[in-house]
Amino acid sequence: MARTLDQVRYKCALGALQTVQAIERVLPILHAGPGCADKLTAGNGTSGHFAPRIFPCTNIAETEIVFGGEQRLREVVENALRVIDADLYVVLTGCSSEIIGDDAGEVVRGFRTAGQPVIHASTAGFKGSNYQGYEWVLEALFTQYLSRPAAGGTEKGLVNVFASLPFHDPFWEGNLTALEGLLADIGLTANIIFGYGRGLKHVDRIPRAQCNLVVNPWLGLSSAQLLEERFGTPYLHYPNLPVGACETSKFLRAVGAFTGIPSDVVERVVAEKESRYYHYIERYADIFLENRIMSKRFTVAADTQYALALTRFLVNDMGLFPQRQYAMEDVPEKYRADIEGYFRDMNYDIEAEVSFETDGYLVQNEIRGADYHGYPLIIGSAWEKKVARDTNAHFLSIAWPLNERLVINSSYVGYEGGLKFLEDVYSVVLTRFT
Amino acid sequence: MAIKLDTTTIGTREERLGSVVGYVGTIKDLAERSRCGDLKNRGRCFSQSSSCDAGCVLGYLSHIRDIAIINHAPSGCTAAASPTLTMQTQLAAKRNLPYDTVILGTDMKEPDTIFGAAAGLRETIFETYRRYAPAAIFVATSCVSGIIGEDVDAIVAEAREELSIPVVPIHCEGFRSQVWATGFDAVDHAILSGVVKPPREKRNFVVFKNFNESARDDIVEMFAAIGVDTMMVYSNTTLEELSHVSEALATVSICGTLASYLGNGLEQTYGVPYIKTINPLGIAGFEVWFREVGRVIGREAEVEAYIERERAVYIPKIEAIKEKLKGLRVVLGMGSSFAFQVARVVQELGMTVAYVASWHYDSRYDDGNPPPHVQHLAEHTPEDFRVSVADQQNFELLNILNTYKPDLYLARHGGTSVWAIKQGVPAIFMADEFLTFGYKRTLSFAQLILDRITNRSFEKNLSARIKLPYTDWWYKQENTLLYKAE
Repeated sequence: MARTLDQVRYKCALGALQTVQAIERVLPILHAGPGCADKLTAGNGTSGHFAPRIFPCTNIAETEIVFGGEQRLREVVENALRVIDADLYVVLTGCSSEIIGDDAGEVVRGFRTAGQPVIHASTAGFKGSNYQGYEWVLEALFTQYLSRPAAGGTEKGLVNVFASLPFHDPFWEGNLTALEGLLADIGLTANIIFGYGRGLKHVDRIPRAQCNLVVNPWLGLSSAQLLEERFGTPYLHYPNLPVGACETSKFLRAVGAFTGIPSDVVERVVAEKESRYYHYIERYADIFLENRIMSKRFTVAADTQYALALTRFLVNDMGLFPQRQYAMEDVPEKYRADIEGYFRDMNYDIEAEVSFETDGYLVQNEIRGADYHGYPLIIGSAWEKKVARDTNAHFLSIAWPLNERLVINSSYVGYEGGLKFLEDVYSVVLTRFT
Repeated sequence: MAIKLDTTTIGTREERLGSVVGYVGTIKDLAERSRCGDLKNRGRCFSQSSSCDAGCVLGYLSHIRDIAIINHAPSGCTAAASPTLTMQTQLAAKRNLPYDTVILGTDMKEPDTIFGAAAGLRETIFETYRRYAPAAIFVATSCVSGIIGEDVDAIVAEAREELSIPVVPIHCEGFRSQVWATGFDAVDHAILSGVVKPPREKRNFVVFKNFNESARDDIVEMFAAIGVDTMMVYSNTTLEELSHVSEALATVSICGTLASYLGNGLEQTYGVPYIKTINPLGIAGFEVWFREVGRVIGREAEVEAYIERERAVYIPKIEAIKEKLKGLRVVLGMGSSFAFQVARVVQELGMTVAYVASWHYDSRYDDGNPPPHVQHLAEHTPEDFRVSVADQQNFELLNILNTYKPDLYLARHGGTSVWAIKQGVPAIFMADEFLTFGYKRTLSFAQLILDRITNRSFEKNLSARIKLPYTDWWYKQENTLLYKAE
């Protein structure tokens, strides 16, 4: 039901066009209004190989609303195949085409029957968020593009990795690359479909993986379940995106155990990485401990992925105390109880309360009313800038919408990512003194 | 065409101004067909994602700094709220002004498309008032609210009864018009019908319609030099300030596309003269425009003195740099006004216009006359040149650049200049509407072009290492292959 949407943190399901865009040489074709892609990609790097201005779109007008838009879709797809060089074309339907009842699936089946590489996902904006749209695009890929059974059998050590929401999470590509590196450190090969140098050949390999790895509190779970159903691939759900030494070592041990990597191999890697990590932590511990203005307590107001990952890092690695945390992407009800549990599983039985409130106005009022016993540390999105100023907080924006900061390919994941996060936090903290 | 303020909806630009988003021809043909009023739109059998009037409304309306905007729409329609508000906050910060405008949505979901969402919208209007106490609430519609036939006017009228502030509907369903600039008109209509009050007194200022007021200091100084104050709209204005625009000496603008509705509306409703000449871009544009301003408000002598002073400083410098630009071939891709006005500046600086791609084209403005800048250009151009109305269609544009291989591509609107660069063509992104305003900026623009074509490192580095998304087949076709017949 319609409700007050104040400070939007998620997009509509058609935002899945960014999921398609993240797969190299796969092109979204929009059966939607002329302004949909424009709005959904505002603030992102929009000049990549396939970008919003390149996406074919039926730019639905009054004529289609009145007389139907299937013929319009057919001619746009037909010409997209001639004009734009892509490996796969994914038709995404928006609000207008779905309300008027166009059967895009039927149009697309016509092309597939003729041997053309076209698939379809229903992503009407009113049906869900871009988080759900991500899973619907994956479902379309797995059911319409991937044939079964897997050709060539299972490849031992090959792990399909799903983690951050492409483009919506500003660090998505850096995160995937960092996870790929961590898996490689213990002898596994990550199979990732999103980002540089990957693409359909990685989609093709999905059925051959030894297992699927979902590194997210909830996003991607239903896709992993679908892969299990279709290809019999087991999956490991690792809810926490690992940031810093403590969480990354735990992550490596869990992945190693699940995939059958001998523990001495994992332990050797952990020992070496931690030694290097603490080499730097030791050198800068004075700044962490003796800075007069750094916060003792913090709040993350972001999507669940970062609310959880940064809370666990700041508590388990850095010894800070959590105030209430905010997971704001409109988390589906069925995942909420488990997520609350992830926030209770920290060192010294420290627990963080997590709120699933999506309304930024209410969240910020709570932040204003909370006692941080000193300067608060607020980690969030551009929406938190005002409340940070009002509460004299240290403020770092890390989540969409991210307006006053450029992220190209960096990441907070892993040992190196933890150090990078500390660089960013203290680059804010060091601008003030008390 | 007469502007009516007693309705909540206005006709689209296609209906009111004979606007088109598809045309192929030449500047002389376009000028003639605009005069005859027989320009017809040509559709396309292939198209790429463009922009919509609702996006235009949210972006343009949010220049006002003390209002609330509610987009009655699914969440994605308001996805640009934060970047938009950040930009406006930064513009206000430049002038040390507070910026308190908010953009909210109603997060329409599937049941709303079946049962309607009147209750949710009503609740959002009242909740917005409770939270932010804005000077006014504007309710913008969307494709979804339009298709399901939500009676937004009735809900808004009801809220207006209860709240002590203006609550104004803005009809901007994305499918209604293929010309996003219809959104400018929708905003102007909301301001004219819901905010502007009849003049309480005549005051000594001009209304200057623009986007981001980047040249504000110079413009305020310029009008001060002829003895009048300036009110730039809508950037950084308050609702109270806007209620007084009917008291102005005249309405002037940087862009005919942007100001047609407000300018003609103020003239027709309150007798505020609207300066309808070509706009003040480049030297001819500036002088024609400023002299007309002087004539209309009775400051001719002051205007002539100003022009003489400025000419003495800048004309010799502009003449000197022109020598170095002579013969450069330029392709332009811009909106309906800038495309032809910047083309004029390009010719003024001694360069050759190879092709103009206008995003849309208005056959006439709200006074019923064809756009003066197209007539002016057709009359003064040394030779006829190709023109298309290209609706930001990237595939057409890259084909044009590949065919005409210009020395320079000039573009407004994000997302096109970068593609020229990717194809190895030096380009300048002219988003700042004041880039060629008056003498000083025309000189800086000439210098910018010279710098740009001298150091081509970025495009050389990038274009050598990437592949463009189009097939070889497409580059071998005419850029207008996929147009339909009229």
